[in-house]
Amino acid sequence: MKKLLTAIVVLFAANSALAGVKIEHWVSPSGARVYFVESRALPILDVQVDFAAGSMFDPPEKSGTASLTRGALELGAGKFDETAIAEQMADIGATLSGSTDNDRASLTLRTLSVAEKRDVALAVLRNVLHAPRFDAAIFEREKARTILALKEAMTRPNSIASKAFWAAMYPDHPYGRQATPETVAVLKRDDLAAFHARYYTAANASITLVGDIGRGEAEKIAEAIAAGLPKGAAATLPAPPRIAPGKTVKLEHPATQAHIHIGLPAIERGNPDFFALTVGNYTLGGGGFVSRLMKEVRDKRGYAYSVSSYFNPLRQTGPFEISLQTKRSQAKDAIAVTRDVLDGFLQQGPSEEELAAAIANLTGSFPLRLDSNKKILANVAVIGFYGLPLDYLDHYQENVRAVTVDAVKQAFSRHIRPADLMTVTVAAD
Amino acid sequence: MRMRHLFTFALLLPGLLTAALANPFETTLSNGLRVIVKEDHRAPTVAQMVWYRIGSMDEVDGASGVAHVLEHMMFKGTPSVGPGEFNKRVAAAGGRDNAFTSRDYTAYFQQVPKEKLAEMMQLEADRMRHLNVDPKEFAQEVKVVMEERRMRTDDNPQARLFEQMNAVAFQVHPYRRPIIGWMSDLENMSAADAKAWYDMWYVPNNAFLLVVGDVDHKEVFALAEKYYGVLEGRTLPKRKPLTEPVQDGTRRVTVKAPAELPVLIMGYKAPVLRDVDKDSDPYALQMLAAILDGHDAARFNKKLVREDKVALSVGIDYDNAARGPGMLYLYGSPSAGKTVADLEAALRAEIKRIQQDGVSEPELKRARAQLIAAKVYKLDSTFGQAMEIGQAESAGIPYQKIDRMLEKLQQVSAAEVQAVAKKYFTDDSLTIGVLDPQPLDGKPRAASVASHH
Repeated sequence: MKKLLTAIVVLFAANSALAGVKIEHWVSPSGARVYFVESRALPILDVQVDFAAGSMFDPPEKSGTASLTRGALELGAGKFDETAIAEQMADIGATLSGSTDNDRASLTLRTLSVAEKRDVALAVLRNVLHAPRFDAAIFEREKARTILALKEAMTRPNSIASKAFWAAMYPDHPYGRQATPETVAVLKRDDLAAFHARYYTAANASITLVGDIGRGEAEKIAEAIAAGLPKGAAATLPAPPRIAPGKTVKLEHPATQAHIHIGLPAIERGNPDFFALTVGNYTLGGGGFVSRLMKEVRDKRGYAYSVSSYFNPLRQTGPFEISLQTKRSQAKDAIAVTRDVLDGFLQQGPSEEELAAAIANLTGSFPLRLDSNKKILANVAVIGFYGLPLDYLDHYQENVRAVTVDAVKQAFSRHIRPADLMTVTVAAD
Repeated sequence: MRMRHLFTFALLLPGLLTAALANPFETTLSNGLRVIVKEDHRAPTVAQMVWYRIGSMDEVDGASGVAHVLEHMMFKGTPSVGPGEFNKRVAAAGGRDNAFTSRDYTAYFQQVPKEKLAEMMQLEADRMRHLNVDPKEFAQEVKVVMEERRMRTDDNPQARLFEQMNAVAFQVHPYRRPIIGWMSDLENMSAADAKAWYDMWYVPNNAFLLVVGDVDHKEVFALAEKYYGVLEGRTLPKRKPLTEPVQDGTRRVTVKAPAELPVLIMGYKAPVLRDVDKDSDPYALQMLAAILDGHDAARFNKKLVREDKVALSVGIDYDNAARGPGMLYLYGSPSAGKTVADLEAALRAEIKRIQQDGVSEPELKRARAQLIAAKVYKLDSTFGQAMEIGQAESAGIPYQKIDRMLEKLQQVSAAEVQAVAKKYFTDDSLTIGVLDPQPLDGKPRAASVASHH
């Protein structure tokens, strides 16, 4: 009976454009935060484990530690070497993937939910989280590969531009520090082990499960993951970014196109202006083909294939960023048009008509954000990791609908200060 | 376990199980437009796609890129929908839309809440026959495409190498031309060229409509009749076969570009599926690709990257479904202290190992397990399911045969893998492309590199 009721609730939820996702949340006995969405339609289980172990926690002068640590987890753990681990997963058709960004280090598992496969996959996940070996020879190999990949990226105009942009925005905050061949060269195997011991802990973890299991099973799975981690303590954040005055950075490169970034540190996750900025940015440069930047820079003038603006809220103040690429000889003109569009928007905000269009799209497209287990997993993992309200998705549409032209103008004037804008160009004439 | 789930859903969704049996559903309108509907009721969303059986391979010399430019122009209005209005209407409906052009096809799609499907069908049907190709709009848009080419190809050394590879590997077949077009062809293209392309190929009998999501197929058929049924079909021009002659010796091409790492691509002429039931080699080659490169401990990564450390990265690319001739590509970059020649020798050694010793039963079993899981995972995305049907159909493979293809793949034996390794990896059908990295003039002082997205 209980099963049936749950299924009916889930079914209704799926049929109503207004409802979000039913997220169950608890703290496991070992201290990890757990987020669970039951979804029985497909015999699949997705599990994501997030740690506050992103690149912002790289030790000073050792940028690259977080990324190399995450990448080395599945290259030997417990009694299994890297080949055995990869073969165990391939044998059951499961996949284990990982990523490292500024804030987060994540491991994501996808497996069939039938017990004989699921149990194997979860055992591999626990093993690589609990007992990575960081074998010296493998560490040296991965270090060499990373250094070479970084050297290659240093030849790419988009990588050069992005690196310079973050360095300009965050002159003395970890968000502005990047891995370089030099910082990776000094890393030792023990740096990775120490980073793992400090940050891959239960107290520093959030575990998200979506799929074909019940609450009881989810509790057991999550606790088994958490119980094998050191209890630990939540990561300590550095001082928030200090806002640096705006400047222009111009870098040479032989590319045919100039890469242009304009922006500044703007908001952190959970900032109360988030909805006003999101709705406003839709009109400015977030709304794909219908944004003002797209119309002025691409449609009217043919200056660029891609031009957009976005807010990237992070644990600490994350950037607002406009980016575009254009033929190097017309970079100056393209920047002028872009700045005109931005300045006009800062002064007047969106028109009532634009605001209504933004709200219609952001509320109307809401079901598309949640129409697969994979998308639900990604959304719920963000809610869990950043501690957003559990009913964040339920109230998303009404929060969007409540935004006014005035609210957009005020929020933009609070966070987008023209004097602080950084402009970075690579390969502009 | 599985029983209970099925039972629960059978009670709640009597339609789901019966639908699963007949799904997808198909009809053909009197104007020749095929309509394929796959019902998937997991979420209240739907994807509409229209696939035109027309891609860059249908272009002629001097007009390369026109299929893709026309794709851009399709958003520039009709008598009833102004320039830019199409995107605006999709956005207002809470939708996402885009389009893509390949060698074989051009496709357009919208993903929307299910209530908005009728409006999307009306819009898409309208531009199937009523496009305005305004010269002023064209003049701006072709510049956008040139920027796209600069971004995707001209400033991307790997993409330039790949473009040159294909220009050398194919001499007769139009796969020798890049989808985005040569820059000089774009510079000389006119609105009239785009219009002529549209008039020749954009007709209902050269397209199929694909709808996947939370819909009732009968309702979709009725909507298709209402909006697309009124459009007139037209006899299509005859397409020339353009058969690529047999290659009779190794070809080599070098591209110099600013970069740090050399890149090696070894492209072998390979077969593609023409008859799902009778063919066998394309399945065996796909299995071979999975055994060499299907997971982190597959042969290429295990041996070349991890054990011998001759490659920084290495991979294989083989698509066994296409309208034109097939190629199988091996590619990679040498690790520090190793050369392109070292990497080429190592790749050849791996192929030779299969030619001489074959592959093991555990390797085959592992590849099969991955196929079975992937078949379930793909159900998580309605858009992915639509793409699978569309790509198969575009390559001339009926969607009803998709499951049969998976069965055939499961049946590939070790002996068949060894046989195709011997048959297709021959120097006479090989094209080798090398990226020769050049220093950046006036290197920026920036001393490091981004780890941010």
